[in-house]
Amino acid sequence: MNHILENQFAVKRGHAYTGFLLVLAGLVVSGAASLPLWAESSWMHEFVQIACYFIFALMWNLLAGYGGMVSIGQQAFFGLGAYTMLILGNFWGVNPFVAIAIGGVVAGLVSIPVSRIAFRLQGGYFAIGTWVIAEVFRLSFSNLSLVGGGAGTTLTALRGIDKASRESWTYWIALLCVVASIAIVFVFLRSKRGLALLAIRDNPIAAESQGIAVGSMKLAVYVVAAFGAGLAGALYFVGNLRISPDAAFSVNWTAFAIFMVVIGGMGRIEGPLIGSLVFWLLSKFFSDFGAWYLMGLGALAIFTTTYFKQGLWGYAQQRWGWSLFPTQRRLVFLAGPKT
Amino acid sequence: MIELLLQGVLLGGLYTLFALGLSLMFGVMRLTNTAHGDFIILAAFGALWLAALGLNPWLANVAVLPLAWGLGYCVQRYVLNQTLGKDPVPSLVVTFGLSIVIQNALLETFSADPRSIESHGLNTLSWALTDSLSVGVLPILILVIALLATLGLQWIFEKTRLGRAFRAVSDDPEIAELMGLRSKNIYALATAMAFVLIAVAGVLQGLRTTVAPADGPMLLLFAFEAVIMGGMGSFWGTLAGGMLLGVTQQLGFRFDPGWGVWAGHCVFLFLLLLRPQGLFPKTR
Amino acid sequence: MFPGDSNIVLHTRDLKAFYGDAQALFGIDFEIGKGQAIAIIGANGAGKSTFLKALAGLVKVQATAVNWKGQDIGGRLPSEIVRLGLALVPEGRRLFPSLSVQENLMMGSESQRKGPWSLERLFNLFPILQEKRHQPSTSLSGGQQQMVAIGRALMSNPELLLCDELSLGLAPLVIREIYNALPEITAEGMSVVLVEQDVSLAQQMTQRLYCLQEGRVSLQGISSLLSREQISQAYFGQ
Repeated sequence: MNHILENQFAVKRGHAYTGFLLVLAGLVVSGAASLPLWAESSWMHEFVQIACYFIFALMWNLLAGYGGMVSIGQQAFFGLGAYTMLILGNFWGVNPFVAIAIGGVVAGLVSIPVSRIAFRLQGGYFAIGTWVIAEVFRLSFSNLSLVGGGAGTTLTALRGIDKASRESWTYWIALLCVVASIAIVFVFLRSKRGLALLAIRDNPIAAESQGIAVGSMKLAVYVVAAFGAGLAGALYFVGNLRISPDAAFSVNWTAFAIFMVVIGGMGRIEGPLIGSLVFWLLSKFFSDFGAWYLMGLGALAIFTTTYFKQGLWGYAQQRWGWSLFPTQRRLVFLAGPKT
Repeated sequence: MIELLLQGVLLGGLYTLFALGLSLMFGVMRLTNTAHGDFIILAAFGALWLAALGLNPWLANVAVLPLAWGLGYCVQRYVLNQTLGKDPVPSLVVTFGLSIVIQNALLETFSADPRSIESHGLNTLSWALTDSLSVGVLPILILVIALLATLGLQWIFEKTRLGRAFRAVSDDPEIAELMGLRSKNIYALATAMAFVLIAVAGVLQGLRTTVAPADGPMLLLFAFEAVIMGGMGSFWGTLAGGMLLGVTQQLGFRFDPGWGVWAGHCVFLFLLLLRPQGLFPKTR
Repeated sequence: MFPGDSNIVLHTRDLKAFYGDAQALFGIDFEIGKGQAIAIIGANGAGKSTFLKALAGLVKVQATAVNWKGQDIGGRLPSEIVRLGLALVPEGRRLFPSLSVQENLMMGSESQRKGPWSLERLFNLFPILQEKRHQPSTSLSGGQQQMVAIGRALMSNPELLLCDELSLGLAPLVIREIYNALPEITAEGMSVVLVEQDVSLAQQMTQRLYCLQEGRVSLQGISSLLSREQISQAYFGQ
């Protein structure tokens, strides 16, 4: 008996519903883009807020779930992106909407020298070390009188535009950032680099022995995550108009990101999406409870990590095989063995 | 200059106390407790609360210690033990969650106002060393306690059966089980000890200055910096790290009040770049 | 069938073991009597270490799979099992690097079982250890570390000693020195299971022998009566 194994199997990434979901996604985005034409202004403001939370969480998730680096200091890049946008907008006359992108780029570039220090640490110590770095950023900007020091300042560059236009444009930019972020992460993870990342996450030494450059991969992820965080930060304060070091560099950003990712599911794209929606809903209904609300979030995060490690989406994926942004590769046999 | 160094060393004593508990928990179980600073603040508020209930304030300060032992044991045994393993994420997330819960619970119960523990003048007493130089009695006391605590921990680890168990479990938890040690129990004892140190630090902080519910994270960062700069695996190293941080911050404060903490952070990062293993690492 | 059958102290029935989803042992039946020395041989990956780990509690198995002196002990915690009188000398020694030689030995007495073994007796058996008692365990040679590992297990005064590849990485002279100590170790009736790569050594030192092949028992019998051919067939599987 001769078994000819060539052309008998293929590696597939999508699934039956991929085409349908892509069309659906296109419709959703187009529908969303039309929002400023018919919705109240508060809706757009809400969306910008959620967008920032989501992008930050998505990037934190990329860093932790795929890069294997848990950071409590991503707010450093969030705030840096924001302040870059502010300085460019207020003092150099750059259009703030353009400055958002520049903010992201600057954050990404700064993350390179920062990584030289941060990567000296691992695991839990890496997490706290990044927090220290974020604190250095915060304290530095607190002492910078150019941007109002500890009290903060306002974004004056958008003063010329009327409120309605400003809100619409902010909204569209936010939508663009969300789509771009998802696209970047999705393409990155579907590629060979994504596969390499998974290998590194599971077993760095084995990955290295297979020829994967662990060091440069980790740096790549760190830079992309910093870029995304900077983007989110700049976007947030274009929406908010008022900035201060304590708000821009607050560790609460990371706390919320952790919460969103834990609830939604680690290591998956859909996780931060679900998590940010859940977080937004919870904050809508319960944030009036102040300290109790935050305690509830904390307790929920503890409970979920202990008993529900894979998060909501991870559970759905395990239980029902759902996948919205398929990045996993499946081996499929095309035909039976030839005899 | 001498005065500056002296103040730095005294501050370093307090930072050492902040750091010893963190060093202990990481040394035995590779656990990073991001709520470490919040537990310090919790201890201070615990003493305040006991005093408010009517207990003699000095008795309240001491009573927090056995309570801390119990809390540490239970937290490790029933919450943190589940998070131990190869993945650092669960312990980070759970302790971070605890941090948020503690801060907000304190906020609800006590309001955001800073308070201090009644010291009946102890925190203003000073001792004149020379004509121009005098030091506070409380800071000296804190330094002495820090030295005793370091000595005590070092002795426990090197000379006692429990310390031997700690080292074994830290080296190889699987083989330690083979010897008859129950790692769950050992971990809980380590955290219980760490929490007593945390309580001591909290009470002293409350006596020395004020405590507020949101102060925790700052203290965590100081403790962390002291541990890393000193070198992992060595309690004397943690003492050295605490001293270095204290002196650095004092120098920064003298320059400009806004730059004290910042200077400490920068020296930490600088040292991390040049000598990541710290000043006195124990080779494993 | 064999003198001393009525003195069976440990037997396993249909013992299965898994590493996650991968099955390593497919139903091992094994028994050992009081004072017996039994060898387990087999190629790498045959499951010999897994079997010892299962007995010691490091690998989980069904409760009824392992029976010690009438009690089902399968799946119990290692810390419980050592208290019942089974001690493992692990593959690769696995001494505690932060502890000195003496401290490593003292760790063995954590289970607090009464018996003839003590530090002094161990130092008599392996005098070099007394000389190096306060040195860090990592500073010793391979053979000396193996002595410490054995001593550490003996300090728990076991009734059954499980030895996983004592000779691994050691020079023949050193191996002989260690195995020369075996008679004294078993003098008071301790049973021993020896997992060994060296087949002739295994045959010499024991009364019975089991051969494992891909997680199953492929041969068992009296050590001195098994032929080279029988063993090599069972070893490699045909």
